[in-house]
Amino acid sequence: MIPVAFDYERAESVDHALALLAEHGDEAKLLAGGHSLLPLMKYRLAAPSLVVDVGRLSSLSYIREDGDHVAIGALTRHRDVEISDLVQAEAGLLAAATSKVGDPQVRHRGTLGGSLAHGDPASDLPAAVIALRGSLVISGPGGNREVEVDEFFTGFLETVLHHDEMLTEVRIPKRPDASWSFQKFNRRAQDWAIVGAAVIVDGSTCGVGLVNMDARPVRAEAVEEAVASGASAEDAAALAADGLEPTGDLNASVDYRCHLARVLTRRGLEESGR
Amino acid sequence: MQVTLKINGEPISHDVEPRTLLVHYIRDHAGMTGTNIGCDSSSCGACTVHLDGEAVKSCTILAVQVDGQNVTTIEGLSDGETLHPVQQAFHENHALQCGYCTPGMVMAAVSLLEECPEPTEEQVREGLEGNLCRCTGYHNIVRAVLDVTGNKT
Repeated sequence: MIPVAFDYERAESVDHALALLAEHGDEAKLLAGGHSLLPLMKYRLAAPSLVVDVGRLSSLSYIREDGDHVAIGALTRHRDVEISDLVQAEAGLLAAATSKVGDPQVRHRGTLGGSLAHGDPASDLPAAVIALRGSLVISGPGGNREVEVDEFFTGFLETVLHHDEMLTEVRIPKRPDASWSFQKFNRRAQDWAIVGAAVIVDGSTCGVGLVNMDARPVRAEAVEEAVASGASAEDAAALAADGLEPTGDLNASVDYRCHLARVLTRRGLEESGR
Repeated sequence: MQVTLKINGEPISHDVEPRTLLVHYIRDHAGMTGTNIGCDSSSCGACTVHLDGEAVKSCTILAVQVDGQNVTTIEGLSDGETLHPVQQAFHENHALQCGYCTPGMVMAAVSLLEECPEPTEEQVREGLEGNLCRCTGYHNIVRAVLDVTGNKT
């Protein structure tokens, strides 16, 4: 499978990438690790006329402490997040979710920012960032803006990113004392999750992000509110699918996805000591 | 676009379209056909090569993306007639049936052992999850990788 022909530019800096995006509008597409975009282009579901390769911008590949959060450059590869001592200590849920993405070869190439900017509800990492209440730094022609993760995902493969903007940093609040669990249900090795639940419990509060339970990556708000009100793991998890609209497909019906969301959320809460 | 790589240490340069995939560059332009194309959708791992020492799926990388980098293919593993230890272990443990997945499987195993030199059986199985063997010959493949480390199942 070969993509439709396109022009290619390698960005030498964030400013260079932004200038190319500004010049070419929505005909241009950013390429990071390429493990979301290139499959779409090979299936000819995407056909940008210009590919702007930001994958070698080493200035956006870093993991560092920054006050009360861990700052991760958007072009940090999954493998580097997975094995980072800092991420494991301060945001273990993100390291665990990252270790479940694809397979080792995919994790050598794919990037955290690329995965989030792709906005796929079937992806593991958005759910983890939702549970951890992360925020995202977006660079554009007017400078930088920071968006809470709950505002970032707007629809199926859609985010608040404008065509002339790029995601540059992911900020994860430090939660060294929290307990967490990442539950991914799939049938075969390396498959996408049929449903997944990213759960973090910190004292009397919790965060729950769900994979594949709506058109976009979502928070299980009803579960979080129930836990905050003192509900048991079982009672809170019973609300996991409330208000959500998953789709049915060959892998799972709508009812089965809702069942999985409740079961995986309960397991996640229990494994997190709730 | 001119794409210059080192493949197995040898510099090579070809003028290719931006949409040329790395696996096609390796097979069709560099003429090295040891790297196979299986699913062509980054699932099966048959096209696994090393990019600057790390296992990657060459069907999901553009050749232009890796201009100037070092690629190692299955042809670059052995030292002359002396097989790489992982190749030797595959040979001794009958870790192949039809052989189609073998180049990718060996490249993935070499990368796995560099990152995790003494894996458990479970770590080998998880570490090779990106490579499919449609003969389902996984047991001997896992045996071979463990054999390299001196462990037996």
